[in-house]
Amino acid sequence: MNELNEPSIVAFCCHYCAYSAADLAGSMRLEYSPNVRIIKLMCTGKLDTLHLLKAFEDGADAVFVAG
Amino acid sequence: MVVGGGITGMQSALDLANSGFKVYLVEKTSSIGGRMSQLDKTFPTNDCSMCMISPKLIEVAKHRNIEIITNAEVEALEGEKGNFTVSVLKNPRYIDIQKCSGCGDCVQACPVELSNEFEMGLNTRKAAYKRYPQAIPGAVAISKGARPPCKLTCPAGCNGQGYIALSSKGKYLEALNHIKQWIPLPAAVGRICHHPCEQECNRGDIDEPLGIAPLKRFIADIVREKRKDGSLPPEEKPVIDPTKPKIAVIGSGPSGLTCAYDLVKHGFPVTIYEAASKPGGQLQWAIPKYRLPKDVLAADIQDIINLGIELKLNTPINDKLSLKDLKDQGYKAIYLAIGAQKSRSLPIKGIELPGVSLALDFLRDVNLGKEIKLGKRVVVIGGGNVAMDVARSARRLGASKVLAVCLESRPEMPAHSWEIEEAEEEGVSIHNSWGPTEIIAKAGQVSCVVFQKCTSVFDKDKKFNPSYDPSITTSIDCDNVIIAIGQATDQSVLSKAVRVKTTGGGWLIADPVTLATDEEGIFAGGDGVSGPKSAVEAIAHGHEAAVSIERYLLGLDLREGRVKSREEPAPIPEGEHARKHRIRNNRILLEKRLTSFDEMDLTYSEEEAKAEAERCLNCGLCSECLQCVAVCQAKAVDHLQKAGHLTLAVGSVVLAPGFDPFDATIKGEYGYGRMPNVITSLEFERILSASGPFQGQIRRPSDGKHAVKIAWIQCVGSRDVSCGRDYCSSVCCMYATKQAIIAREHESTIQPTIFYNDIRAQGKGFERYYESARTRFNVRYINSIPSMVKELQKNHNLLVEYTSETDGRVQEEFDAVVLSIGMVPSASTKVLAERIGINLDRFGFCATHETDPNVTSRPGVYVAGAFVSPMDIPESVMSASSAACLASQEIHEVRGSMVTEKTYPPEKEITEEEPRVGVFICRCGSNIARVVDVPAVLTYAKTLPHVVHAEENLYTCSTDTQDKIIKAIKEGDLNRIVVASCSPRTHEPLFQDTIQEGGLNKYLFEMANIRDQCSWVHATHMPQSTSKAKDLVRMAVARAITLLPLHQSRAEITRRALIIGGGLAGITAAQAIAAQGFEAVLVEKEKLLGGNLRRLHYTEHIADLQGLLATLIAQVESNSLIKVYKGAEVKSLSGYLGNYVTEIVAGGGSTERIEHGVVIIATGGVEYKPTEYLYGKSPGIITQLELEKKIVDRDALVTDAKSVVMIQCVGSREPEHQYCSRVCCSQAINNAIKLKELNPGREITVLYRDIRSYGMHELQYRKAREMGVTFIHFDVEKKPEVTQEVGKLTVKVMDKTLGKELLLNPDIIILSAAIRPQLDAEEFASKLKLPLTQDKFVMEAHMKLRPLDLVNEGMYLCGLAHSPKTVSESIVQAKGAVSRALTVLSQPYLMVGGIVSVVDSEKCAACLTCVRSCPFDVPHINEEGVAYIEVAACQGCGICASVCPRKAITLQHYSDEQVMAKTAVLVESAVEK
Repeated sequence: MNELNEPSIVAFCCHYCAYSAADLAGSMRLEYSPNVRIIKLMCTGKLDTLHLLKAFEDGADAVFVAG
Repeated sequence: MVVGGGITGMQSALDLANSGFKVYLVEKTSSIGGRMSQLDKTFPTNDCSMCMISPKLIEVAKHRNIEIITNAEVEALEGEKGNFTVSVLKNPRYIDIQKCSGCGDCVQACPVELSNEFEMGLNTRKAAYKRYPQAIPGAVAISKGARPPCKLTCPAGCNGQGYIALSSKGKYLEALNHIKQWIPLPAAVGRICHHPCEQECNRGDIDEPLGIAPLKRFIADIVREKRKDGSLPPEEKPVIDPTKPKIAVIGSGPSGLTCAYDLVKHGFPVTIYEAASKPGGQLQWAIPKYRLPKDVLAADIQDIINLGIELKLNTPINDKLSLKDLKDQGYKAIYLAIGAQKSRSLPIKGIELPGVSLALDFLRDVNLGKEIKLGKRVVVIGGGNVAMDVARSARRLGASKVLAVCLESRPEMPAHSWEIEEAEEEGVSIHNSWGPTEIIAKAGQVSCVVFQKCTSVFDKDKKFNPSYDPSITTSIDCDNVIIAIGQATDQSVLSKAVRVKTTGGGWLIADPVTLATDEEGIFAGGDGVSGPKSAVEAIAHGHEAAVSIERYLLGLDLREGRVKSREEPAPIPEGEHARKHRIRNNRILLEKRLTSFDEMDLTYSEEEAKAEAERCLNCGLCSECLQCVAVCQAKAVDHLQKAGHLTLAVGSVVLAPGFDPFDATIKGEYGYGRMPNVITSLEFERILSASGPFQGQIRRPSDGKHAVKIAWIQCVGSRDVSCGRDYCSSVCCMYATKQAIIAREHESTIQPTIFYNDIRAQGKGFERYYESARTRFNVRYINSIPSMVKELQKNHNLLVEYTSETDGRVQEEFDAVVLSIGMVPSASTKVLAERIGINLDRFGFCATHETDPNVTSRPGVYVAGAFVSPMDIPESVMSASSAACLASQEIHEVRGSMVTEKTYPPEKEITEEEPRVGVFICRCGSNIARVVDVPAVLTYAKTLPHVVHAEENLYTCSTDTQDKIIKAIKEGDLNRIVVASCSPRTHEPLFQDTIQEGGLNKYLFEMANIRDQCSWVHATHMPQSTSKAKDLVRMAVARAITLLPLHQSRAEITRRALIIGGGLAGITAAQAIAAQGFEAVLVEKEKLLGGNLRRLHYTEHIADLQGLLATLIAQVESNSLIKVYKGAEVKSLSGYLGNYVTEIVAGGGSTERIEHGVVIIATGGVEYKPTEYLYGKSPGIITQLELEKKIVDRDALVTDAKSVVMIQCVGSREPEHQYCSRVCCSQAINNAIKLKELNPGREITVLYRDIRSYGMHELQYRKAREMGVTFIHFDVEKKPEVTQEVGKLTVKVMDKTLGKELLLNPDIIILSAAIRPQLDAEEFASKLKLPLTQDKFVMEAHMKLRPLDLVNEGMYLCGLAHSPKTVSESIVQAKGAVSRALTVLSQPYLMVGGIVSVVDSEKCAACLTCVRSCPFDVPHINEEGVAYIEVAACQGCGICASVCPRKAITLQHYSDEQVMAKTAVLVESAVEK
């Protein structure tokens, strides 16, 4: 965790749905906490356990998968 | 050809170009984009309009087969369908589009501020401009009108607008250089010019003419001052070519100086011969110092002489040094500018007396500072300007009584009125209509002058020929008499040896155009030729003489092209012009004027000059100051461009000229145009826009204050017979709702109120949007249209007067009022329609028929968009595709014959190279930059490993930035590109295309979404947004480094369309596919074709729908290209874009396998079977469709019914079905009209929530009311109650308008039942993997711009499956869907591959995990016993790759390394420097 005790979150999102939804949140100007970093995949079906574990190893406090 | 470059025209052009046709896109403004580009957000998704349209703009711009012709209009259309010849007038842009990089340097340099039409006049733009930052073409354009009156009036042609515009921007040196092209003596002329320009100045028609001359003087003075202190450089000296022929100029007055100036500037050696001791001619000797201080004149002249002119003073040309001598000395040309230096005298008695003098002698002595003895009383004879100068000088010399006596009456006096007035101010008394007869002496001195009455000055022929009445005389006592009655030349310059002739009056004779005299090489001009005239006229002669001399010396024709035709001056520019009075020069005190020759008028201060210059109306638009030419490094500016005519051969024409906003000034009661805070909705749209005049802050025009209480008034220019606009504009309810929501999003304190008639939320998703406005955003809706808006003078707040349901008449105060203005056909479309020869309806919309809404009255000419009738963006896009379908149908046989394919430069081989990353960070106007510190992100990006180039851009998507990216790739030898901007979903294809043009494989690209997923969602967390943006850029760069090039290959296409659903949409689509020469397979689950259309019988304008249907079915069933399966259902669908395989279960239960390239979903919908209002419990309660049948069948239930009640919104607009069924209001109205027509006496009452007769349906609504149909408004909270007792029906309804409960006893009750999706919609959707909306209608790929496409590639949508719609709309959608399908069917091949899974056969153990996991059934075990993935079928999801236990499968572009590259740098410290 960083100094502000804000968890660093990695979100794996599907190109077609969750990533579009995140864009829509933008076009609707919805506010959310800035501590999430979205990584786009063509489909979250592509996501490998390896990617999740690696994300934690690389410093993520939480991993969020949306697809 | 597509006419009109708005979203409609663009979509038509793209569809046509993508299906194998060459398209000319003709746009009347300088850029495409139309009205949509002016919008901020769009309903109901709140997507940014510009963000949506921008990729489309670029797609159009980059399309090989679309030729955009801007600034153009169609002049004529000849020929017939399939073979037209179009004449196009192409107006000049004054910029070479090919050369212009759109850098905007010229825009910066341009000093002219014009009302900005893109911003609806809320701010200004330059005359050199781009309509908006993302405009396509990206080249600048220059607005130029006729020349301004000031320039056209000036005898010397001096361009007042040009130097005034430059001076308004503080560009004094540029302004002075501009003036000196015409006026080489700017300080002197600025003081003494009689400025005919000011008399003609258009500003005079508004308040007072501009101070053109004082501004000229100011510019000359301030430059001189700044040159003195060294802050401005001295004038550049020309290079004089001593080998060029020598020229002599005789006389150093304004004419001679000008001629010398022009010639020396062209490198000729020039010598001026001046008889007097000082140069300047009459400026030196005749103009008194109080008007022109001699040091000012001397400085002006010195500037000219300093250019390299030899000035010989005290060197008269006469017998001693003759013109012949000069010729002998080698002067090849001579300009005689000898002036009119001698005063004429009078043939009267006493003229020789001491005390009598001649005007010019007197003025010369005054100017020389000689001591002049004048008595107290001076009589000046003459009424011209010289007489005034003499009289005023006499006052300054101490004469206490000065009388100017002249022959002329006051209005006839030749002196300028202001000269006379100033003279009178100084105590000169003017005596008109007296002619002197004798000067009487006393003691050898003048004592009085005797005058006789002059009865007329001019004879019948208007010649000077005074007549007198000798019986009336007067005598005036005086000490001195000064004669100022005219001038003459000094002819001593002429010797017998030269053949320069003179007139009887002694003036030199020269050709009026060339100023050539009869003597070879001698030219003459100025006062010596014309007689005494103004300095500026003498200057004009000087210029002409210089032109003649140069031509003469070069042996060119003197006369060619010099006779100027009269130009019509520019009128006052359009728009509002606030009254601002002229700023007068400060003047010294009158006492000082009478005691000294000090300069009378002071020069402007800089502030005064700026304020005065800003009064200029810029009548000519572009001021032709040519600053743009000076700064343009690309040499793209061409002010000489002329209009041109193009003749184009085209097969068909699509008209998409769009609409104009209604002119709100017509509705005077709302005060638009008079009250600054009453604005139109389009203006508000610009106010909302982040790139608009207030950067997206909701400020009001009067004082820039943030508006809190804002009212929208609906139906301004819609549903209004009084202004001839009785149709509904269809879009205003929703855009007002959107504006209210967005305004609230911008500033949560805003309190929006919408005054409306009926809220028309009839489109897909609109009802939910409207509900969210009311409930989530607290938008107050008041069902009343205000009668008037008044303005409070103290604060410009507005009082809105309306009738409230509860409180009666109410006045409410608002900060601003937005008028929801309707759509009217574009002003230019009437002319267009005449030129093309098509019919219009009474409103000026294109006349079309309900069954063919895209067909005009001229075969081969089609229409789309808001020129058909008012419509929103998705409808325009559908209409555009439909028109494209029709336009290509006629000429489908020549498809592909004129197209050129896009070719990219060869791809650079990069596999062996170190990564070299270029990062482009977008400000997105202020969309990103307002929240994210873009420069900080840029600085950070430069520190990242492998980043060798980084820059920020205002709009990374603009065409000029694309060019910058290409340039950066080449110059920086970049091999990976990262763009940090918006979403890759919308913009990745654009940038990929760009890097391909730069020679990179398109997969060597990565985006960081710092807008949609950063600045837009963390607007209140600015520092965190910046650090997040840095993280996203770092992650993108890390991934970019791992990217590898991928290559696609060609795949064949099965040129057949599968159409699912045999209703009107499906039948229409099948027929349209066949008409284009492709095969169609039509699958209908019922035993008969026709779907819902079988239950419809008539519409507003179609009397016999069943007849129409029968014809259609017969055509489809007999068409050899169409195969129809009835009673058949789709069992499964597999394959992919271009190559689908569908299994259907046909009538007999047999399974058929159909191969096809595309799918059109036309599965329709059903009528809701009501459960409310006792439906089914009484024979007298039926639905609208049931009614329709009974009307056609003349069923007694209907024919006998004396009273009818219709209930609207049955099953629509309910919490669980929160959508409007769109057609029921119009259907009810049509049925009501039918019932009334059958029996006018019967009572019909329609119970409604909002009547949604959008567009032209409104006309029927009006008709129904006029026929006596009663409409009762009920509230959803208090729905009508239906009861039945012994066959007697009772309806209890709370009338919202009256506030009373009513009881009705109708014979029949008609329920307007909702339209529902097919009952098996979900099951069907899962079979085809189609996305559905909340209401189970099929969801399109994008609500606004891809309404007919599905996200599933190669699948298209039309009819009720999309959402409820009318017959006409289904037809449009069906044809539109076909147009979309044609973009696939007509391709020669498809490109496949790229982001697909590949199997490493070495590793594959054929465990079947991938085969089982793939949702698309793509992987198979091949003959070699390993997994095989068909490239063309793979959807690129990567599931197989993740499940493969041996890691034998890799999803290209998303390999493990590429995915993990991002998390590897999640923490900043992880980056290896």
